[in-house]
Amino acid sequence: MDIGGINPVILIATLMASAVPILMAALGETVVERSGVLNLGVEGMMVVGAQGGFVIAVATGSPVLGFIGGAVAGSILSLIFALLTQVFLANQVATGLALTLFGLGVSSLGGQGYNGVKPPPTGQLLPDFLADVPVVGPILFGHDWMVYFSIAMTAVLWWVLKTTRMGLIIRAVGESHEAAHALGYKVNRIRLMCIAFGGAMAGMGGAYISLVRVPQWVDGITAGAGWIALAIVVFASWKPWRVLIGAYLFGGITVLQLNLQVAGSAIPVEYLSMAPYLITIVVLVIMSAGKRGKANGAPAALGQNFHASR
Amino acid sequence: MLRLEKRPTPSRFWLYATPPVAVVLTMIVGGILFAMMGKNPFEVIRTIFWDPVFGEFAFYLRGQLLVKAGPLILIAIGLALGFRAGIWNIGAEGQYIMGAICGAAVGLAVFPTENRLIFPVMVVAGAFGGWAWAMIPAILKTRFNTNEILVSLMLVYVAETILAKASTGFLKNPEGMGFPGSRNFSSFPAAQNSYIYEPLGLHWGGVAALVTGVLAYILLTRHQAGFQIRLAGQAPRAARFHGVSPARLVVMCMGISGALAGLAGMFEVTGPAGQISIDFNSGYGFTAIIVAFLGRLNPLGIVLAGFLMALTYVGGEMASTNLGLPDAAIQVFQGMLLFFLLAVDVLTNYRFRLSMGAKA
Repeated sequence: MDIGGINPVILIATLMASAVPILMAALGETVVERSGVLNLGVEGMMVVGAQGGFVIAVATGSPVLGFIGGAVAGSILSLIFALLTQVFLANQVATGLALTLFGLGVSSLGGQGYNGVKPPPTGQLLPDFLADVPVVGPILFGHDWMVYFSIAMTAVLWWVLKTTRMGLIIRAVGESHEAAHALGYKVNRIRLMCIAFGGAMAGMGGAYISLVRVPQWVDGITAGAGWIALAIVVFASWKPWRVLIGAYLFGGITVLQLNLQVAGSAIPVEYLSMAPYLITIVVLVIMSAGKRGKANGAPAALGQNFHASR
Repeated sequence: MLRLEKRPTPSRFWLYATPPVAVVLTMIVGGILFAMMGKNPFEVIRTIFWDPVFGEFAFYLRGQLLVKAGPLILIAIGLALGFRAGIWNIGAEGQYIMGAICGAAVGLAVFPTENRLIFPVMVVAGAFGGWAWAMIPAILKTRFNTNEILVSLMLVYVAETILAKASTGFLKNPEGMGFPGSRNFSSFPAAQNSYIYEPLGLHWGGVAALVTGVLAYILLTRHQAGFQIRLAGQAPRAARFHGVSPARLVVMCMGISGALAGLAGMFEVTGPAGQISIDFNSGYGFTAIIVAFLGRLNPLGIVLAGFLMALTYVGGEMASTNLGLPDAAIQVFQGMLLFFLLAVDVLTNYRFRLSMGAKA
């Protein structure tokens, strides 16, 4: 049952995988922004994770260690952001941009000599007899572990942010750092940990691009995925399940336009490859239209630095 | 323990001392990085910062400085106006590309006519291309409250695909034997951005950059609009009471920065780059963000910062050919410069105090 040369079952199965990088990065950024920090360096942390993860995976031959390496690399880079914004109270927008520029440079420096190298493969997690079940098999059982991990992380973060004490503290710091400080919470320390977590998630997302999606290392491999992740956080009104929906919608569009390119559609390739970016803009417009300030669910202290005067 | 304490008023000393201190710190840490890569750090630093101005090939490289600094200054001044008002246009790279395409398209449309008016019309078209591309995030921001950071950045990727289409499709050189890229402007004198004074690397883009620097300085310090920009950035509430319309400010700042980026692109493509090709843009739109901050968002500071950043480009190329330093190392170096700048900047508004244990 192909529609215009595209099989919907395969489409859904591929979009779940293609959404993993932006889903992971957007989930991490959701936590960061919920704590009141706007880290625009997602692209930089992803590309450093992609490169770090790739190098570790090639060196050890283990993709799992590669993903851990990607998380560590992204986290280390995010700590530079944390140091500058939480200790030196630098402007978060400017520091985030700097992080992206720096990350792109560092990754291309560290990735030299890895062009054309093949990373160890990340296989399907569940046995073939499950994945071969018609229709539901490829969609539910045919994925590698990162796809399931990213969905699990969505559930975990939803649970943590909504029901746990830790989530309450993070949200309190993000809504009103003055009040949280008055209650005795270490605002900047909590934010620092959220930033490091966001870096680790972005790094793992980046590693998924270089280890599974592409899979090889080229400079600037993330190609704007980090910025799209930032847009998805806005689209999702800072809620984990909506981040998942946003990432899957976006993954769907990306896969669809790639499939259309392969299927030889009448639309020129260049215009198809613009589609993800244009659709992101349209979605941002729809989500922001008519809402001013806090009505769209943005944390009240988002982007503001906190300095305890005493 | 060390403790930060807010200064009653920002320190004037650190306002001016921050950029030089950041440059020195970047040289030190960058030197360590180069040493770890097995290069002699002193030789690398000398190649980047000294040789282009005073070295053996300085007679040629000095000219290259203005060639690189021109577009950086033009773009950074526009960005700085917006940054001052809290309007974050970070898609200058896209506006730069669109300005180049529009400017070049006008010129190529009338090829091979020779007329004195062609180049001025192309300049206007270039500015218009950048302006129009910047109006998309500006109008989405004022109408729908959409985040201008994300929209302007998304449009960079869109502009890059249009550039690819232009150089392989609608602007491709019909006599180019099938190679991608447009006609070369060096064989089309009426549309060429030729050097006015070659030893200094001065072409119309350089003139535009220096003039814009002075004009922007006057705008910010002497003109009502400049006052509104500064007020909106420092005290948004006060600005509203003063009658500053946020929407008008967004349209104005985005428009100016877009037009300047478009101009830069147009001057680049008809001059040093020579033709529309898939990768004629060299990331100036992003580096200009560093230049804007390095120049303290002050037009005159930006002119100086533009030359310093041009030095890292020109010197970086030297270091890459002579010492085998990878290009990416220069990118890291530039990123570090912005980090140190932002970190040292804390001293403008805060000071470190040594606090003793139980003292209240």
